[in-house]
Amino acid sequence: MAALALRALRGRLLRAAPGRAGRGLGTARDFPSLEEKPQFPGASAEFADRLEFIQPNVISGIPVYRVMDRQGHIVSPSEDPQLPKELVLKLYKTMTLLNTMDRILYESQRQGRISFYMTNYGEEGTHVGSAAALDDTDLVFGQYREAGVLMYRGYPLDLFMAQCYGNASDPGRGRQMPVHYGCRERHFVTISSPLATQIPQAVGAAYAIKRADASRAVICYFGEGAASEGDAHAGFNFAATLECPIVFFCRNNGYAISTPTSEQYRGDGIAARGPGYGLMSIRVDGNDVFAVYNATKEARRRAVAENQPFLIEAMTYRIGHHSTSDDSSAYRSVDEVNYWDKQDHPISRLRHYMQGRGWWDEEQEKGWRKSSRKKVMEAFEQAERKPKPNPQHLFSDVYREMPPNLRRQRAALERHLQHYGEHYPMELYEN
Amino acid sequence: MAAAGALRLLVPRGRLLPPRRGLRLSAPAAIQVTVRDALNQALDEELERDERVFLLGEEVAQYDGAYKMGFTGIAVGAAMAGLRPVCEFMTFNFSMQAIDQVINSAAKTCYMSAGTIPVPIVFRGPNGASAGVAAQHSQCFAAWYGHCPGLKVVSPWSSEDAKGLLKASIRDDNPVVMLENELLYGVPFEMSEQAQSKDFVVPIGKAKIEREGTHVTLVAHSRPVGHCLEAASILAKEGVECEVINLRTIRPMDIETVEASVAKTNHLVTVEGGWPQFGVGSEICARIMEGPAFNYLDAPAVRVTGADVPMPYAKILEDNCIPQVKDIIFAVKKTLNI
Repeated sequence: MAALALRALRGRLLRAAPGRAGRGLGTARDFPSLEEKPQFPGASAEFADRLEFIQPNVISGIPVYRVMDRQGHIVSPSEDPQLPKELVLKLYKTMTLLNTMDRILYESQRQGRISFYMTNYGEEGTHVGSAAALDDTDLVFGQYREAGVLMYRGYPLDLFMAQCYGNASDPGRGRQMPVHYGCRERHFVTISSPLATQIPQAVGAAYAIKRADASRAVICYFGEGAASEGDAHAGFNFAATLECPIVFFCRNNGYAISTPTSEQYRGDGIAARGPGYGLMSIRVDGNDVFAVYNATKEARRRAVAENQPFLIEAMTYRIGHHSTSDDSSAYRSVDEVNYWDKQDHPISRLRHYMQGRGWWDEEQEKGWRKSSRKKVMEAFEQAERKPKPNPQHLFSDVYREMPPNLRRQRAALERHLQHYGEHYPMELYEN
Repeated sequence: MAAAGALRLLVPRGRLLPPRRGLRLSAPAAIQVTVRDALNQALDEELERDERVFLLGEEVAQYDGAYKMGFTGIAVGAAMAGLRPVCEFMTFNFSMQAIDQVINSAAKTCYMSAGTIPVPIVFRGPNGASAGVAAQHSQCFAAWYGHCPGLKVVSPWSSEDAKGLLKASIRDDNPVVMLENELLYGVPFEMSEQAQSKDFVVPIGKAKIEREGTHVTLVAHSRPVGHCLEAASILAKEGVECEVINLRTIRPMDIETVEASVAKTNHLVTVEGGWPQFGVGSEICARIMEGPAFNYLDAPAVRVTGADVPMPYAKILEDNCIPQVKDIIFAVKKTLNI
């Protein structure tokens, strides 16, 4: 598209115009180079003598890299990452466990047990494919629909639930809305609600990591809607000019709440923006875990080795509603959703692959469904029963050290509860 | 790594002090230092002291431009990953474009992450009215940032304030907003020998009594502190002795120093460059009412503030939109009923 058009222009070499360095502004001796090549500091290119606009190419845009077809068959054997059975099973089990947890927690919100939830239906492949390709210590900045990355890194069901319930086991101390997970030990930065703010932050972190000369990368996830925010532009540009070891991973799932991609942008998606910033860019089939894996693995390796940012646009589909505050039947057809659920789902595609290899069958599928659901239900029941965090935690972490006014207020609350505690449902809180 | 080296080499910018310290031959003496030089001194010393400290922003030429949201986010991310950035805004007016990063990311993250993600960052830059830069370049943000738990906000007046507070801010593990004043950058102040030392730090959260007095308490921050001192010396000729308090820190505010002073003088006048509604003066008055000092007031407290209009451009209008010495004198006389 853009590159092709430019090459065509270059083909049309201009006739050399006589050097017009005169006009009283200086002679040939004053300017070191009078070749017929533009000398502008801002761009390195040839002249063009015909007025021609570069046409954004959206009809046949950047191709979608894939390894498996929709039936789970490897299309080009040389691209098969040939992951060992154990790893493939882990990918599958993480995706299905996440799916099961999503179902339970979505329901629990509908029943008024938790206040809010966001599912990951249809995008599980983008999570595990990329997570598997990273080093354990690579820093993850997510948006809010990347729970599978954290799950792949071993974050236990108990803690996912604890965060959603805001109970005493929540490492986040009940401070945040559900799905705003964070885990320092697993290098997953706490989710923050404002869209796209994580993008320049990820770049800043990558810059810090580069300075520390650690062979770590940063991966920054965001949706195609967040890519419209100003922070995304600044983040991409700074990543390139500061030469940071970062992989930008865009989940293009077709919708930003109710805004379809046809209203979100007029260019060729997000991948096409990359070259504009000087970013190495690729578009992949997000529902193909092997394609996601391959692209992330190579991007990560080169980002660290060459200190340059990479952009991966993973095409996928958001099968669920945006969140429990959304009813997507208001803006899209059930048929469309069903197509993706039945015909092109990362979980079923991987399952077909596994069955093809003789690594999985109906029996195991039934067994796993039962045991994974049991695991989720157990964690769920526990989360329901646990007390809420100690009221003392109301005052901590506003600053690194508790300021005198909060200390006084905390002491006042303590005294109050000592005297009048029996009038409060203290048994609901951890003491 | 080259980029990192280049970044650090960019700083120090501005003039360094002449190498006085090594060549001291006579007894140590105070010297005149401009606020700008004091700030540079602080930056030099802190950059040398801790290699995690680095500068970025609009004053640091290489990475400037209209990317306020961008470099602010980058600074926050770098702080989250263990560095200690000092992020400069050309003026705090432009920080409004990046205010989401300052409040929702820097200020709230320690709390929202239950203490697992500290953000040891300093945001600094000129705040408030300058001269002839009109409405979009003249707003005071003391009340805006002072409103938010999770942030610390400091507002230096003298060179000693500037150097000591900047060093304290950089060493503080919390996000700190340092509101400087462009018109003060070139003003020389006396700096004691102690203040010139590498370890001189002004504690955040402690006000300073610049002038003792018995008849009325004047509380101000930043440039108006100088106006208060001027007003005080004029009033002294009429037999009115003003106690002038330099707040130094907006948040956490040292209300105890104000209370002790009011208990002594029984009269209070607050002075600020910002707009009257919901301002620093409002907060001081509310807290005085809530505390023991209320019982010592012989008259209602009076606020002297900027005019409640966007800052006009024309000089005569601009001059009359910010508190002047005569306004402070008028307020004092009004509250003292003289």
